[in-house]
Amino acid sequence: MRKSKLLMATLLGATMLASGAAQSKTLVYCSEGSPEGFDPAPFTAGTTFDASSKPLYNRLVEFKRGTSEVIPGLAESWKVSSDGLEYTFKLRQGVKFQTTEFFTPSRDFNADDVVFSFERQLKKDHPWNQYTAGIAWEYFDGMSMPDLIKSIEKVDDNTVKFVLNRPEAPMIANLAMDFASIMSAEYAAKLEADGKKELLNQQPVGTGPFKFVAYQKDAVIRYAAHEGYWGGKQSIDDLVFAITTDASVRQQKLKAGECHVAAYPNPADLEDLKADANLQMMEQEGLNVGYLAYNALVPPFDKTEVRKALNMAINKQSILEAVFQGAGKAAKNPIPPTMWSYNNAVQDDPYDPEAAKKMLEAAGVKDLKMKIWAMPVQRPYNPNARRMAELIQSDFSKIGVGVEIVSYEWGEYLKLSKEKDRDGAVLLGWTGDNGDPDNFLAVLLGCDGVGGSNRAQWCNKEFEDLIQKAKVVSDKAERTKLYEDAQVVFKREAPWATIAHSVVFMPMSKKVSGYVMDPLGGHWFDGVDIAE
Amino acid sequence: MLAFLIRRIGLIIPTFIGVTIAAFAFIRVLPGDPVLLMAGERGVSPERHAALMQQFGFDRPIYEQYLDYFFSALQGDLGNSLVTKRPVWDEFFTLFPATLELSVCAIVFAVAIGVPAGIYAATRRGSWPDQTIMGTALIGYSMPIFWWGLLLIILFSGILGWTPVSGRISLLYFFKPVTGFMLIDSLLSGQKGAFSSALSHLILPTIVLGTIPLAVVARQTRSAMLEVLSEDYVRTARAKGLSPLRVVGIHALRNAMIPVITTIGLQVGVLLAGAILTETIFSWPGIGKWMVDSIFRRDYPSVQGGLLMIAVIVMTVNLIVDLLYGLVNPRIRHVR
Repeated sequence: MRKSKLLMATLLGATMLASGAAQSKTLVYCSEGSPEGFDPAPFTAGTTFDASSKPLYNRLVEFKRGTSEVIPGLAESWKVSSDGLEYTFKLRQGVKFQTTEFFTPSRDFNADDVVFSFERQLKKDHPWNQYTAGIAWEYFDGMSMPDLIKSIEKVDDNTVKFVLNRPEAPMIANLAMDFASIMSAEYAAKLEADGKKELLNQQPVGTGPFKFVAYQKDAVIRYAAHEGYWGGKQSIDDLVFAITTDASVRQQKLKAGECHVAAYPNPADLEDLKADANLQMMEQEGLNVGYLAYNALVPPFDKTEVRKALNMAINKQSILEAVFQGAGKAAKNPIPPTMWSYNNAVQDDPYDPEAAKKMLEAAGVKDLKMKIWAMPVQRPYNPNARRMAELIQSDFSKIGVGVEIVSYEWGEYLKLSKEKDRDGAVLLGWTGDNGDPDNFLAVLLGCDGVGGSNRAQWCNKEFEDLIQKAKVVSDKAERTKLYEDAQVVFKREAPWATIAHSVVFMPMSKKVSGYVMDPLGGHWFDGVDIAE
Repeated sequence: MLAFLIRRIGLIIPTFIGVTIAAFAFIRVLPGDPVLLMAGERGVSPERHAALMQQFGFDRPIYEQYLDYFFSALQGDLGNSLVTKRPVWDEFFTLFPATLELSVCAIVFAVAIGVPAGIYAATRRGSWPDQTIMGTALIGYSMPIFWWGLLLIILFSGILGWTPVSGRISLLYFFKPVTGFMLIDSLLSGQKGAFSSALSHLILPTIVLGTIPLAVVARQTRSAMLEVLSEDYVRTARAKGLSPLRVVGIHALRNAMIPVITTIGLQVGVLLAGAILTETIFSWPGIGKWMVDSIFRRDYPSVQGGLLMIAVIVMTVNLIVDLLYGLVNPRIRHVR
C-alpha cells in the first residue's frame, strides 16, 4: 500500500514537473565533471564550485562579473579600522534563502548566518566542524585563515565584525572566494535537530540566483530560478548541468543542440566549433601562469646571468604553437594580464640563442647538464608538459646545455619539487584563487614559500620588502605601484622562465545571451538568457 | 549436487580474502597520497599533511587499517568516500543499476547476434559468409573501444542525427529514480516518450560495449559447433534423415552451448572492464567511470570498496554459471 502510494506520488510529481518543463525556459550546460558535494567550503575543485557556490550561494562580497574586482554582495558596505585589524560589514536586508522541497525558511538572512558559515570552519570544537566523516576545510586552512582570523562577532542582526590577528590587505578578496559562501544557520539547525547533518552537503540551501532541485550522481544536476532572489528572478526558469566528461562528446552534444553551453573544448576542435553557424565562441585569457622554475639555491642557477641566459634560449612562440595550439599567450610577468597591477611596461627577455650562449660563457658555465621536470598531468596552464619539456630541451641543446627530462607521479611531483636541494628546473604553474596579486607573488615567490610553494627557492630582499608592504597597505593605488615594482625586480632577477598564460574558450549556442566569462575560471549562469 | 554446491561456495572464501588483500594493496602501492592530490599546486604543510592523514586514519599500522577494512566490509560497511564524504556503499548502489542495465543490454545484444552468426558460420565452414563473419569478429575484437564509440557518435548522432550523443535519457524527462534502471523507471514515470528516449540512449553504448563479447561469442559458438557437428551422434542423426534444422538447432546446439555458456559468464569481467571506457564516452553514470575517477584521486575507501564489490559480483556470476553448467552437463558435478 505504502509503495503504491509512493509510486503514485512520484508519478504525479514527475508529470507535473514534466508539464512545467515543457513551457519553461531551460538552459543546458555541458559540464566537465561531477561536483564533490554542494557545500563549497570543504572542497577545492572549480567543477564543484561551478555547481555549488556559484548558482546556489552568495558571499559577503562578490567579484564583479567578468573582472577580479570586489563589489558588495550580501554585505552592502564595509569599514576597515585604521590599524587594518577590524573589518565591519553592514549586511543587506530582505535577502531570502531559497524555499525548496526539503526546507522552508522562516526568516531572512542575517548576521547569525555569517557567523555560522565561518565559525564552523574556524573553530575545531564547533558542532559543524566535523559534520560528516573525514571533512576538512581545505581552502579556509590553505589560505591560512585560522591564523589570520581572531574572531567573528555579531554586532547586531545586520552587522558583523571580523577581527584579525594581523593586517592583511587581500582579506576582502578572500571573502569573495567560494569557501566564504554564506549558508543558512536556520537550515543547519533543522538538519541538526533531525539528526541529518550530512544533508547540508547533499541538499543545499543558499541565497543565490538558483535553487537546487535534484542531482543524479555523475549524470545531471537540476536547478530552478530562485523566485525571491534579492538580485531579481533570472530570465531562465531551469538550469541543467549535463555532466559530460569527454571533451569530444561535449563538442558533439553542443553541435547536436543537446546542450547550449559547453566547458573546456579540445584545442583541436576549436576550428570546427567556430565554423558551426549555430554556435558562437567566447574567449578570455585565464587567470593563470605556466612557468619553468630554476632552483636558485643550487649552482650554477644561483647566478642571475645563468637563469637569464637560459630564459633567452627558450623559443616561446614554438611552444605556444606546439603545446597550446593557439590557446595560449606568451607570459612575461608572473601574474596574468587580466589581473590588476599587471606591469605591461616590463620587457620580456628576447629569444636570442647566440646572445644566450655568450652570456653563459661570460658567466663561466661550460658543458652544463641539467634536469627539467615535466608534470605527468594536463593543467589549464600547461596542456602537455612533456612536449613542452622536449621543446625546451631542444632549445637548450642549441646553446650547449644538455637536458634530461624527468617526471614523477603527480602527488610525488608536487612534494619532491618543493625540496630545497631539488636537482633541476621544474615545470609548473598556478591558477589564481581570488584575483589578488598577493595570491601569485607572495605564494609563489615570497621568502616564506622557500621549501614549499616557492619552487624557485628564490628569496630576494628587494622583492620581499615590496610584496610584504603591499600586503598591509589598504590603498589600492599604492598596492598597485608596489606590485608593479615587484614585477620589475622579478624580471631582472629571473627566478623563472615565464612561459604562457592559457586562453580559455567557451563555445555556446547563438541562442544564448548575457554570458560573461569569468577571469577566475568559474562558470556563472545568473544574468544569462536563451532565445526560444 | 549439494556437495558440488558446497565445494564451489567453499572456494569463494579464500578468493574473497584474496580480493580484499589485492584491493587494499593495489591502491596503496600507487605512488602519491590523497592528501597531496587534494591540495594540488597549493600544497600542504607537513604538519597539516600529518593531521589529515591522522584524521583519515592512514597513520595507523597497515595491518590495522587492513583488518579494519576487512571486518567492516564483512558487515557491509565500506567506509566513506574521501571525495564526496558519502558512504561508499551508497555511492556504489546509486551507480550500479546504470552499469548493470548497460551490461545486460550488451550481453543480450552479443548473444542475440553472436550465437546465430556463429552457428551460421559453422554450417557454412570455409565459405565466404563464414570468412566474412569471422573476419568481422576479429576486427570487432581488436577495436579500441574509445575510438569505436566516438566513431559511432560522430556518424549516428553528429552526421545522421539518429541517436542522442550521450546520457541515459533526454533532459526533458525528469523523474526521481525508483529502481535505478532507466528503462523501468521511464515506464513507471508514465511520461509519454520517456521509455523510447531511454531506449534510444541505450543503442550506441550497447553496441560499443557489446562489440567485444559479440566477437568472442560468435567465434566460440562457431568452434564449439564445428566440433559437435563432427561427432558421431550428429552423423547418426543426419543418417536417420532428420532435417538439417533439427540436427543443428536441437541435437548439436545443446552440446555446443556448454562452452558458450562458460564464455558468456567470463564476459562479465570483460564487460565491467569495457564499461570503464564506454561509460566515459557516453557520460553514462555507472561504476566504471566512478572507479577511474576514484583511482585518479586516490580515494582509498572508494577504490577498495568498489573493487571488492565488483569482484564479489564477478564471483557470484561465475558461481551461477558454474552451477548452470553443472545442470547442463551432469559430468561436471562428479569430476571435480
